[in-house]
Amino acid sequence: MISPVYRLVSPRRFEVAYQEYSLVSDKVIVRPTYLSICAADQRYYTGSRDKEILEKKLPMALIHEGIGKIVFDPNKEFPVGQLVAMVPNTPVEKDSVIAENYLPSSKFRSSGYDGFMQDYVFLNRDRIVPLFEGIKPHVAAFMELVSVSVHAISRYNQKAHSRREIVGVWGDGNLGFITSLLLKKKFVDSKVIVFGKTSYKLDRFSFADAVYLIDQIPETLKIDHAFECVGGMGSQYALDQIIDHIHPEGTIALLGVSENYIETNTRMILEKGLTLIGSSRSGRKDFVETVNILRKYPDILDYLETLVSSVNEVTTIQDIINVFEKDLTKSWGKTIIKWNI
Amino acid sequence: MIYAEILAGGKGTRMGNIDMPKQYLTLKSKPIIIHTIEKFLLNQRFYKILIVSPKEWISYTNDIINKFIGKDDRLVVVEGGANRNESIMNGIHFIESEFGINDEDIIVTHDSVRPFLTHRIIEENIDNALKYGAVDTVFQAIDTIVQSMDGKIISDIPLRSSMYQGQTPQSFNIKKLINNYMKLTDDQKSILTDACKICLLQGDEVRLVQGEIFNIKITTPYDLKIANALLDEKVLL
Repeated sequence: MISPVYRLVSPRRFEVAYQEYSLVSDKVIVRPTYLSICAADQRYYTGSRDKEILEKKLPMALIHEGIGKIVFDPNKEFPVGQLVAMVPNTPVEKDSVIAENYLPSSKFRSSGYDGFMQDYVFLNRDRIVPLFEGIKPHVAAFMELVSVSVHAISRYNQKAHSRREIVGVWGDGNLGFITSLLLKKKFVDSKVIVFGKTSYKLDRFSFADAVYLIDQIPETLKIDHAFECVGGMGSQYALDQIIDHIHPEGTIALLGVSENYIETNTRMILEKGLTLIGSSRSGRKDFVETVNILRKYPDILDYLETLVSSVNEVTTIQDIINVFEKDLTKSWGKTIIKWNI
Repeated sequence: MIYAEILAGGKGTRMGNIDMPKQYLTLKSKPIIIHTIEKFLLNQRFYKILIVSPKEWISYTNDIINKFIGKDDRLVVVEGGANRNESIMNGIHFIESEFGINDEDIIVTHDSVRPFLTHRIIEENIDNALKYGAVDTVFQAIDTIVQSMDGKIISDIPLRSSMYQGQTPQSFNIKKLINNYMKLTDDQKSILTDACKICLLQGDEVRLVQGEIFNIKITTPYDLKIANALLDEKVLL
């Protein structure tokens, strides 16, 4: 079978490529239905990655957040029509200690390997996680981002000491929203305080115990642990503030991606005996956990739906360009693609 | 019910030095027709997928389906007719005798030598055929179309913006198509090369579905070369 793949060939330019597949294989075939644009996709689309990286990775199909429907399973394990989440991380080896999303050999879609902008996606069986009935597809579309928070929170849970009275989340964007929402749900005895730069964004965090603009944080405010969900150059300032306000022996989970090297106050990290946990991406285990959480707490899905900035039907390459441009102009939330190409 | 009918009735005006009907030529690792059948198999809305083949090629068609796809109850190979429209009608007669035809049943007909069609094109054909009864897949003409009645001088140059190139699928409400076909004279039947024209001649509206420039028909060695080249890009996963 010939399956068209819609690849970014250079900044702001997509072209169709064609891949040959066979139905008779060990792959499960999924028709993507709803996709979601991530900041990482935008860095390729706008060409803001380094020239060498763009040269190395393009042409490439973008998008690593998405769901779809099973159209063919050679083993007939999944029923045709089953709604599934697609796991973008694709490990090629197993390791008893290192998680799949940290293995250097793992392939990650829309980062060197084709993402979900395809007519059909051919996936290894374990890269599919079934969704439950009733889940709204335009919300499930960005489940991958939720799973990134789930992953970081589970690492925090394993490593942070047990005094967890106040947890601070830096960042008033999508990742900060999702992370603070999940923390509030999972650790009912912890107070979750969100720190952000933009007042109207912080207004969205109705579930948080408190929110502060980053230039109005009371000096006396102390936190036990922190999550950095800022990214970019801003993560340097966020980390500085966290180190100022965190109690000794606290844990800082780092989630924000930065293209630049940032300066870190290692002196105070040493003095306070802080633990920094890096977190990146997620694996199958985290997707399964995410589905369980969403099934158990339907109100999380309601909150997540408030993150949906727009749902856009895409039937042509021009529509793809239009939706990426629209996403660039939005100030809040997730741009969702209804994939009808 | 929704049926697909893949038209593989051509016996092949010779393609270069190759004698085999063009739908059986190899594109990358398998026959062109297999690529096309696989695309239809991925759409679960089809109750049956008919493959219309010349009589002497039926066994061969079944063999390659078994080899490349395996057994699938939805696939049926039936015998083609003397021309394109008769082949379509042969498929419809098969449906009538095996399953009966209801008022709302539709058929999506497609050239076996157009393996590049997309999920969207199939979906829009089904949706529009269910709603409007007759659908053609087209792509806006890129070249100016020049008409000549005698092949020597121009009779007309139609406005390019209103010109489209016909692709497939072409999809129809089955009962409507049968009724319209029955009303044609034998002369009309023999000169018609396009199934949508059957409906037009009876005054029916035919809806357009946007095709794709790459939904090419592989009929010449040049087309096959292009098709192979299109598939030569690097694989990223």
